[in-house]
Amino acid sequence: MAAEPTAQESRSRDLDKLLLRPGNLVGPNFEPGPALRDDLKEYGRVLVVGAGGLGCELLKDLALSGFRKLEVIDMDRIEVSNLNRQFLFRLEDVGKPKAEVAAKRVMERVSGVNIVPHFCRIEDKELEFYSKFSIIALGLDSIEARSYINSVACSFLEYDSDDSALEETSKPMVDGGTEGFQGHARVIVPGVTPCFECTIWLFPPQVKFPLCTLAETPRTAAHCIEYAHLIKWDEVHSGKAFDPDDPEHMKWVYNEATKRAELFGIPGVTYSLTQGVVKNIIPAIASTNAIISAACVLETLKIASGCSKTLSNYLTYNGAEGLHTEVTEFVKDKDCLVCGPGVLIQLDTSITLEKFIDLLKEHPKLLLSKASITHRGKSLYMQAPPVLEEMTRSNLSIPLFDLIGKIPKDVVHAIGTTTKNDKKTSCLRKLRVVFKGVDGIADMDTAGET
Amino acid sequence: MTRDMIRLFKVKEKQRELAENANGASHVKKQSAGELRLHKDISELNLPKSCNISFPNGKDELMNFEVTIRPDEGFYSGGTFSFTFQVAPIYPHEAPKVKCKTKVYHPNIDLEGNVCLNILREDWKPVLNINTVIYGLYHLFTEPNYEDPLNHDAAAVLRDNPKMFESNVRRAMAGGYVGQTLFPRCI
Repeated sequence: MAAEPTAQESRSRDLDKLLLRPGNLVGPNFEPGPALRDDLKEYGRVLVVGAGGLGCELLKDLALSGFRKLEVIDMDRIEVSNLNRQFLFRLEDVGKPKAEVAAKRVMERVSGVNIVPHFCRIEDKELEFYSKFSIIALGLDSIEARSYINSVACSFLEYDSDDSALEETSKPMVDGGTEGFQGHARVIVPGVTPCFECTIWLFPPQVKFPLCTLAETPRTAAHCIEYAHLIKWDEVHSGKAFDPDDPEHMKWVYNEATKRAELFGIPGVTYSLTQGVVKNIIPAIASTNAIISAACVLETLKIASGCSKTLSNYLTYNGAEGLHTEVTEFVKDKDCLVCGPGVLIQLDTSITLEKFIDLLKEHPKLLLSKASITHRGKSLYMQAPPVLEEMTRSNLSIPLFDLIGKIPKDVVHAIGTTTKNDKKTSCLRKLRVVFKGVDGIADMDTAGET
Repeated sequence: MTRDMIRLFKVKEKQRELAENANGASHVKKQSAGELRLHKDISELNLPKSCNISFPNGKDELMNFEVTIRPDEGFYSGGTFSFTFQVAPIYPHEAPKVKCKTKVYHPNIDLEGNVCLNILREDWKPVLNINTVIYGLYHLFTEPNYEDPLNHDAAAVLRDNPKMFESNVRRAMAGGYVGQTLFPRCI
């Protein structure tokens, strides 16, 4: 006789259908069974970046999808205006860190799940922090933050000597985004799919009003707000930076914008519009967040378990008039400076920067003349302008190995000119330099066999 | 892209536990795509003699720099004007932020140093670069324009009385008053 199902069994009932049974759409190495379900709990470490509208949904969905080891990072505190959709937060939470409250609430509701909150900026964490996660789920609202996390995730990616990406170094990301009734979910597997930077052109440029329009001929409420924010603020608060997260500052801008709007007879300046214009906020809709998060978490589960082929690779959702979704397969930019392999160059540790620059001229894949070299944001040698050339000239006689901190392999970037069809073109190339005979390098080409 | 990764995660987790006892890898600064593109712009600068660039934070901090313009023709000939540039990590998706550090009597630059130059705001495109911006700034001094005013008074004088505008500019650059405003000497 079957026993009454325990709460635990009933909770994973739907998940079990995906994880315990074979199927036609599963990945090639899919091995269904309770072991898979257990491994997911034990080894599926997911970082949720952002604990706002999408982040709250992602944490809840991940916890209910069998993930037990979650962490969440967010630098913001809870505001009253969040409460309509960031459903993990209550009125008494206003002012508290989003990450901490979100983690606590999900742990209270879903037994067995552990969520570690991080109340800080994403830039505050070391690379090491990000490397421990199996998958990173993004619930962000800015290009900057996505670009940053993308560059972190892609920095773990390594290539073999044939320029093939080493699968075990790829850090998958699932990215969600919403704007009103529209949203997207995408899967980024560095080395396999395009990365965020490959398709950054997808984002339309931000609308910016000409400063002279703001100063002389305002026509809309937004013009008045931007006048107060960009011009009037500096005039009155000489030197003090405007902080969009300081309510006093926002209130000041709102009052100034109201005065200006009255002067020009322009209606429509409100406090929430002021926040919207200054912080570039588009009204968020709870159901859009829920739909996009569900799509993201399903992809996370698919990547981790192999229970189905994943989205390939970009889903757009539009719920404004009826419902419309579409999947587009974007392609990788093979020369992407962030996720691409670059050009592999093997060197002796004794080679000087000057010799290295000469070598780039002869290298069949580069033919790069007059190269400037940078390494992790540092200028090793700059051909121009003269002031930088002078500051970096002394590096020319130093071995490159010493200049990059005596590490056996790393990425440097070269900027120079090549000749293509008799035309000189300038280009920026990623170079994977590997030093011969340095400890730790012997296993470079065979990494993954261990 | 169809594989189950959980076994991979398992292996990695085990490796990580082992590695945790060893010393943690040291980590250096990451380079953003914007920084790479800026390095390219900088290394390819082709400036006229009247424009000069400097890096107050040294050779490894190029995202904030200064440009000095010494116009050799027009109303502002002989003056020296400094601009600060702030470049974001998502450059060139976003234009550099440019401010004029030298207080100047100019129709398109206000007394706080805001600059009305279309390519810095509404007409910025990622194909533009630092060189184009500097040329744009230079152009503001050779061809000040009363149709896009940020300094309303200066624009009105330029439009209605160019001779007076010229003498106002001279007085300001020599370190004198125009109306109620005292300008620092920049000649």
